Amino acid sequence: MTALRDILITGLLLGGLFALVSVGLTLQYGVARVLNVAHGEFIMVGAFLTFWLLGSVSLNPLLSLAITGPAAFIVGFILHKTLFRRLMHSSPSLDIFEGRSMLASFGLLYVVQNLARIIWGSDVEGYTFLNSTITGAQIPLNRLVALAFVVVLGGAFYFFLARTRLGKAIRASAQSPSTAQLMGVEINNVLAICFGLGLALAAIAGSLLSTFFAIQTTMGLGYTVIAMVVVVMGGLGSITGAMIGGIILGLVSSTVTFFHPSLTMIAYYVIFIVLLLARPKGIMGK
Amino acid sequence: MMKAKQMTRDKGITLALLAVAFLILALLPQITSGYILTLLIDILKFAVLTVGWVIFSGPSGYMSLATAAFYGLGFYIAAVFSGSIPFSLLILLAGVSSFVVALGVGALTLRLRGVYFTIFTFALVLLVQNVVLEVERVVTQTRGRFVETVSTEGVYYAIFIVFVLTVVSAVLIRRSRYGLALQSIGEHEEAAAHSGINVVWTKVLTFASSAVFMGMAGAIIATRRTYIDPYIAFNLNTSFLPVLMAMFGGMGNLVGPVLGAALFTYIGEILLTRFPDLYMLLFGVVLILSMLFMPNGILGLAQGIWRKMKGGGRAPA
Repeated sequence: MTALRDILITGLLLGGLFALVSVGLTLQYGVARVLNVAHGEFIMVGAFLTFWLLGSVSLNPLLSLAITGPAAFIVGFILHKTLFRRLMHSSPSLDIFEGRSMLASFGLLYVVQNLARIIWGSDVEGYTFLNSTITGAQIPLNRLVALAFVVVLGGAFYFFLARTRLGKAIRASAQSPSTAQLMGVEINNVLAICFGLGLALAAIAGSLLSTFFAIQTTMGLGYTVIAMVVVVMGGLGSITGAMIGGIILGLVSSTVTFFHPSLTMIAYYVIFIVLLLARPKGIMGK
Repeated sequence: MMKAKQMTRDKGITLALLAVAFLILALLPQITSGYILTLLIDILKFAVLTVGWVIFSGPSGYMSLATAAFYGLGFYIAAVFSGSIPFSLLILLAGVSSFVVALGVGALTLRLRGVYFTIFTFALVLLVQNVVLEVERVVTQTRGRFVETVSTEGVYYAIFIVFVLTVVSAVLIRRSRYGLALQSIGEHEEAAAHSGINVVWTKVLTFASSAVFMGMAGAIIATRRTYIDPYIAFNLNTSFLPVLMAMFGGMGNLVGPVLGAALFTYIGEILLTRFPDLYMLLFGVVLILSMLFMPNGILGLAQGIWRKMKGGGRAPA
């Protein structure tokens, strides 16, 4: 029973984080149509910025979210306005744009990862923060705090999409960019905002996970894969799907890790491939 | 009439140029050795991978990132069988196994469309990498394997022959029923199906054919290294680079991918020797810039400039 409880709790904690990572990716693909292979690199940058701010000005890791998130948003906004927008205009069709933008994001992966390596080196880093456990269960406090942040952020984000004007514009653009434009949506701004928001969520996730995971400048690709698995699981472009998918993958991860830790990665891919073959449109796909 | 004569003369010149290039490449190990030969092996390797990739993904528009899976399979065939069977048989075996594996993978996945297929092939490479890693950990209790090496000249001739084979097959497939069928699938899959093309079979067969050359290249290049492990064999870069090289060169015909592979490998080599620390960073910058400023590849860029200079209003080819 205690084993089951631990698996469940660890899974939920991890799942929340996976959901946060994946919502960013699904936003980039679902609205801006960029399958961002460099997504995980911004998780890494978020994690390292938090680590660096803690080391240099001893800023509380939880407060550093207020810096890493907006900074990543600005970078994403500018990236879309310059790079991806140009690619969009030079591509004859959406399929071609998807291919080209993915390759460009692969270039971005190299640039970001290597800049980070030059700045922060390639060693495994980490720090301890709120690592006391709550009595009775094996739940470290830092993970619980991270989950609380994920829930609050997720709720705020959901409210933003469902209730605000900009959120409505984003949802409209996801359904049909051209119709949204005809209805008076500033489509170029909306796409850039979505891409920026995606990166901001990635960086925030990175900052949060640095409070309990070891970090390394090469860690990005692993998270990109997790995000892709979750996003396909939930249905490309579906935000609710990404959240559900994240929780499911978190539970799978904690279950497999409990019984056979070295099979965790394989389990991800097997689930991913089986799901892709059985239901390519994903849980919430239409 | 004039036009037809012009075309046959053009074709003659092209063939003569090809023959000269072929002779130079075939005789090169007699004249030179060392660095140039090593560089050429690298270029030919990427040319094989790129042209192999273009055979399927060029006309069909299905962007495959599975190259590393078949290339890595070739690596492991070489690691398991090197020393016990002749080099030529080894290469053949790698080609055949890649074909069979690709048939299976293709039959399972080619009903996925567009970006789903791409994501699947992306995950496939990482799945195979992790499975091999785990199998080695449990069964052999090591991470890597040793491969018996072959002389540089031997490797050069092997990859050269495979390169010629790849290009010839690419041309033949392109002109065959399957090539044309694949082209029409790329243009409109439903329409192709309705006009009587066996869509699934065409895709699976061409996908498997393109994998043959990737596996062969893997088996040959594996002998350049003494030690391989799953991270070296199933490296995602091997999947992405051919796509980039094809795009860099331009995919309109087969000259583009070969040119792209040669130029990209050479640029990579220069960056690696001049700025070993910044190599990957600069590589990323080159990649982004080439996507931005020459989305149709170098050949597309050259054609665009040529058209502008002539001032003609010919429709783009």
